[in-house]
Amino acid sequence: MTSTDISAPSVDGEERDDRKTRRPAPSPGPAASARRRARRETLAGYLFLSPWCVGILLLTLGPMLVSLYLAFTDYNLFDSPRWVGLRNFSEMFSDDRWWQSVKVTGLFVLIATPLKLAIALGVAMLLVKPRKGQGFYRSAFYAPSLIGASVSIGIVWRALFQDDAVVDRSLSLFGWSGGGWIGDPDWSMPTLIALSAWQFGAPMVIFLAGLKQVPRELYEAAEVDGAGAWRRFRSITLPMISPVVFFNLLLEIIHSFQIFTSALVIAGPGGGRAGGPGDSLLVYTWYLYEQGFSNLRMGYASAMAWMLLAGIAVVTAVLFWSQRRWVHYEEGGR
Amino acid sequence: MSAPAGTVRPAQATAAPRRRPRSVLWHAGALAVLVVVLYPVIWVIGASLKPGDEIVGSLQLLPTDPITDNYERLADGIAGIGIETFFVNSLIVALGSVIGVLFSCSLAAYAFARVRFAGRNLLFTLMIGTLLLPVHVLLVPQYVLFQKMELVNTYVPLLLGKFLAVDAFFVFLMVQFMRNLPKELDEAARIDGCGHWRIYWTIVLPLCRPALITSSIFSFIWAWNDFLGPLIYLNEPEKYTVSLGLKMFMDQDSLADYGGMVAMSMAALLPVLLFFLAFQRHLVEGAATSGLKG
Repeated sequence: MTSTDISAPSVDGEERDDRKTRRPAPSPGPAASARRRARRETLAGYLFLSPWCVGILLLTLGPMLVSLYLAFTDYNLFDSPRWVGLRNFSEMFSDDRWWQSVKVTGLFVLIATPLKLAIALGVAMLLVKPRKGQGFYRSAFYAPSLIGASVSIGIVWRALFQDDAVVDRSLSLFGWSGGGWIGDPDWSMPTLIALSAWQFGAPMVIFLAGLKQVPRELYEAAEVDGAGAWRRFRSITLPMISPVVFFNLLLEIIHSFQIFTSALVIAGPGGGRAGGPGDSLLVYTWYLYEQGFSNLRMGYASAMAWMLLAGIAVVTAVLFWSQRRWVHYEEGGR
Repeated sequence: MSAPAGTVRPAQATAAPRRRPRSVLWHAGALAVLVVVLYPVIWVIGASLKPGDEIVGSLQLLPTDPITDNYERLADGIAGIGIETFFVNSLIVALGSVIGVLFSCSLAAYAFARVRFAGRNLLFTLMIGTLLLPVHVLLVPQYVLFQKMELVNTYVPLLLGKFLAVDAFFVFLMVQFMRNLPKELDEAARIDGCGHWRIYWTIVLPLCRPALITSSIFSFIWAWNDFLGPLIYLNEPEKYTVSLGLKMFMDQDSLADYGGMVAMSMAALLPVLLFFLAFQRHLVEGAATSGLKG
């Protein structure tokens, strides 16, 4: 914004263009040349965007329509789909394993997300103090987010949380003898939640970026007024970073709904039907995979996928709706 | 902080001697978190160098006398397939993803960030919307599509989306970066008679190097770690990627050869860890600015 002719850069640019090429155009007038230029821009835009356009039509929007159709059919990949109306959906409600998968995933989202974010925020508040080694710690804490969802770490987790293995033994040193972790239907979920919490680094990095934006003067003023640490956190930090909390919450919830690999690996070796002890780790996406790809019930799996989408949409909508009550954007001054 | 309001001086006076214990507390806290974060990673390194029967029960993090037997046995392969097969397969998928993402996402990002065309805002919203879309909705119909095209059990289903900019995360990351490049650059180039292609190729892309590096590393790591895609589309063990080979190992041989499985887990993690060590600044900055998930 340094030049003086900022009022209509595109038209101005076009004029200069014409002057340069010295095309003896029969003076089409600025409006017509602007239109022509806009058309050229649009053509260029769609040319650049063409791979993306093909992708979204062929691999996203098209499949979504097909999936919506299949949700109302019986389809095994080989015979043509047979329309069954709402039967897939009504079947879900009387399917015990479907309910189990809803329960498992719901519990995971409900506990793992807030826990992970609380740890992320706590560690970010520790790290935000400018001290030596800050950058090193930030990188090191981020590392689990890169590897946490891999099969390798799932295997490591399984080994650490086995009966009489590292975690079990370490805890018993403190006189705490819990369950058998991965072997015990009551304790397999906490194992999975621990793996999720271990990956606090990704939201932590985002919290850190948010915390650095909070003006220091606010804290200084509050300190002068005698506000304690908790009070400063409640009245300054939380409101100031509430947009970042919202963003993290949104991402993490959507992410948690889709947990797959970790649950599958921690649930242990097994063929088509592996939900962990007593199906205690039968996450929704795994049951969807089992129905669609092991049992070739692709209609039922599609219906399940749309229920998942509906669930995520409802939670997201509630989150966006609740936003006005607790998320403070600076411009709004709310 | 019990200093009464208005008495600034005493509050400052108490702050100075407190600084030292606070710093100690800070380092103690950070170190405690570091131990928890690094423990599983160091554990897997140590365990891969222990005899198989000492891996699970022992509280000792590193072996007293490390052995390489687990890795040597691994060299014989899993279920009759050489271990290098899985690594080559994973490399094909991961490098293919990087190329696809760099090509298609930078084109799309350029359009969103630097070209003014009709419908741009609508399409941009649509792209952001796909960020929130769970992949599971697309699993079945995409499989049906690739099955009809007889592309199941090839790497095409794993790579096609990368060449068609389906990973909105990367488009978003690059758009953010390109928007911050000074507008004067393209205006000057345009006066010199450059078209969009020249501007994209000779001006914008070279300046976007940091965003391109970040996207490359993330797309490599995600493709390397991916399990669901290979699980659905690959059905011959010769075509398996490392994650799938590892799961096969776990299902078939883990009781017989626990040490081998841990060694392979370590081997599978190694490229990601090396990438992380080499590019950690890029990765953390990228994650901070765009909220990329690991």
